[in-house]
Amino acid sequence: MFRMFLQRVGLGVITVFLVSAMIFTAVEILPGDACTAILQRDAVGQRLENCRQELGLNRPAIIRYSTWAIQVLKGDLGTSIHNGKQIADLVFERFKNTMLLATLTLMLGVPLAIGLGILTALRRDRLPDVVVSTLAIFAMTIPEFVSATLLIFIFSIWLGWVPGIVTASASAPLSSFFPGIILPVVVLTMVMTAHILRAVRSNVIEVMESDYIQMAVLKGVPYRTIILRHALPNALLPAINVIALTIAWLLGGVVVVEKVFNFPGLGHYMVDAISDRDLPVVQAIALIVATVYVGVNLAADLLGLLLNPRLRTMRTRA
Amino acid sequence: MTVMSYSYKVPKSRFFETMTGIVSRPSGAIGLFLVVTNVILAIISPWIVPYDFKVVNANIILDGPSWQHWLGTDQLGRDVLTRTLLGGRQAMIVTMTATPLAILWGGCLGIYTGLVAGRFDEIVMRIVDAFLSLPWILKMLLIIVMFGSGIFVLIPTLAFFYGIPVIRIARAATHAVVARDYVSAARARGQSRLSIIWFEILPNVLDALLVEGAMRCSWMLLAFTSLSFLGFGVSPPTPDWGLMIADARSYMAIAPWAGLAPVIALSLLIIGINLTADALAKAVGLDRAQSAVH
Repeated sequence: MFRMFLQRVGLGVITVFLVSAMIFTAVEILPGDACTAILQRDAVGQRLENCRQELGLNRPAIIRYSTWAIQVLKGDLGTSIHNGKQIADLVFERFKNTMLLATLTLMLGVPLAIGLGILTALRRDRLPDVVVSTLAIFAMTIPEFVSATLLIFIFSIWLGWVPGIVTASASAPLSSFFPGIILPVVVLTMVMTAHILRAVRSNVIEVMESDYIQMAVLKGVPYRTIILRHALPNALLPAINVIALTIAWLLGGVVVVEKVFNFPGLGHYMVDAISDRDLPVVQAIALIVATVYVGVNLAADLLGLLLNPRLRTMRTRA
Repeated sequence: MTVMSYSYKVPKSRFFETMTGIVSRPSGAIGLFLVVTNVILAIISPWIVPYDFKVVNANIILDGPSWQHWLGTDQLGRDVLTRTLLGGRQAMIVTMTATPLAILWGGCLGIYTGLVAGRFDEIVMRIVDAFLSLPWILKMLLIIVMFGSGIFVLIPTLAFFYGIPVIRIARAATHAVVARDYVSAARARGQSRLSIIWFEILPNVLDALLVEGAMRCSWMLLAFTSLSFLGFGVSPPTPDWGLMIADARSYMAIAPWAGLAPVIALSLLIIGINLTADALAKAVGLDRAQSAVH
């Protein structure tokens, strides 16, 4: 058990290390470097040389990578080329906003998804299932910018109930994001609910068809007890991994939604940083997003091991 | 002499059976209809559109629907119907070329690594994990910043990144087959690795890859249109749904038709693809509900 814990954690650390190396290489290949970005038009001849000397850009890549990695481990992400501020501060501000968005979405979406997933599974192929499952396909597959545009059109232009855009700046207090945050939360909830719902539905269906549920039915266990005691714990366990993937997605990849609603979160910042060629920021965000992804998935794996004794005895392959 | 009657049934082809499986479900029939209509319209659109997509007319800016312009005009006085009909072409070309490429390379590597296992497999899976832990848009944007954003950059890039999750699918499907007796038998017979892959494994993995491919199509379309919505896809004045929606957003309050037309066209295509993919998955007996977000 303890060995499995260590093994999973080790794999996670290796993945994060690989990501950091990959990102570093990608940024390395990008045309231009920090100096051409700082000097812009003046990036020629001696001034370029001096700047590179000053920032240590003419040292070999491997040394620069290790200095960068050591600094990151110390908690220093460097400074932004764009405005010279500490990246750690800039990124933290936005990460906090993204966290708010993600938390609200999860609070709304997870209970909704689990409830609807169970409902559709138990009423399989009947009206509630057909309606909800079809809606789920719609919600899941229509691009976020399309559903966002439609919702803005209906609820903020046509009905005028909620603002269609977030006007608060990145460093504004969290309370100032209301009520502008409502529509982005709704858009994200739609997508997320659909994914989790489908996973929950198929798990519940699978469990309900299993032998031990048949057995419980045959020996006369009341329906409620079958569902609550026998079916749900086993059916919801695999959903943990899907929820983990969704959390990772919410914390790192909701670029389009943040862009559409002008929400000052991490994804929005990432696109801006790439457009500005603010490479240290791109590196930092990529590393953070990847760490969150690996961390959340690791947590889900470990939670699964903890809650499901069967997984512990199985020889799992990485 | 009695007439002999044979009750022998001619075996139908696998393709025919799967197609019947899709069409016999109402959702599958609707989905396939939407996809086929969209593709046909995209193919014939250059010959049927009423106007030139790039002709700007300052007199009819943001005009509502009329007999001359069925879906109105946009912020430059261009015909919205024309641009909506043409606007899916780029996206469909990219999707239809990048998806098979992604399935091909991801499938090959996945089957191979699933078969040989061992250290090679370990290394490949670590790299796959590392790639998957970065959001797709970050990876795409880095490449676009490096090489520009024409479709000749986007097709290989999308094919590469969307092939990576396919490696996992193909590997898992291969693992389910490798332990079977007929593979051991093939090994014992001394069949070469290539022939084992071709004759024993591929036929059993093909269903999973097919469903994966159908699903990838919609994600590919989503990725491409999202990129062009963000301004990293096709460049104007080429009509494109993502770009049209981005442009029309500013005029949503006064001219909703300019934005709603591409929104509806794109939504119908994506819903069509997904209904078809779902029906296909059910027709070949796979469950695709377990997949994660993007």
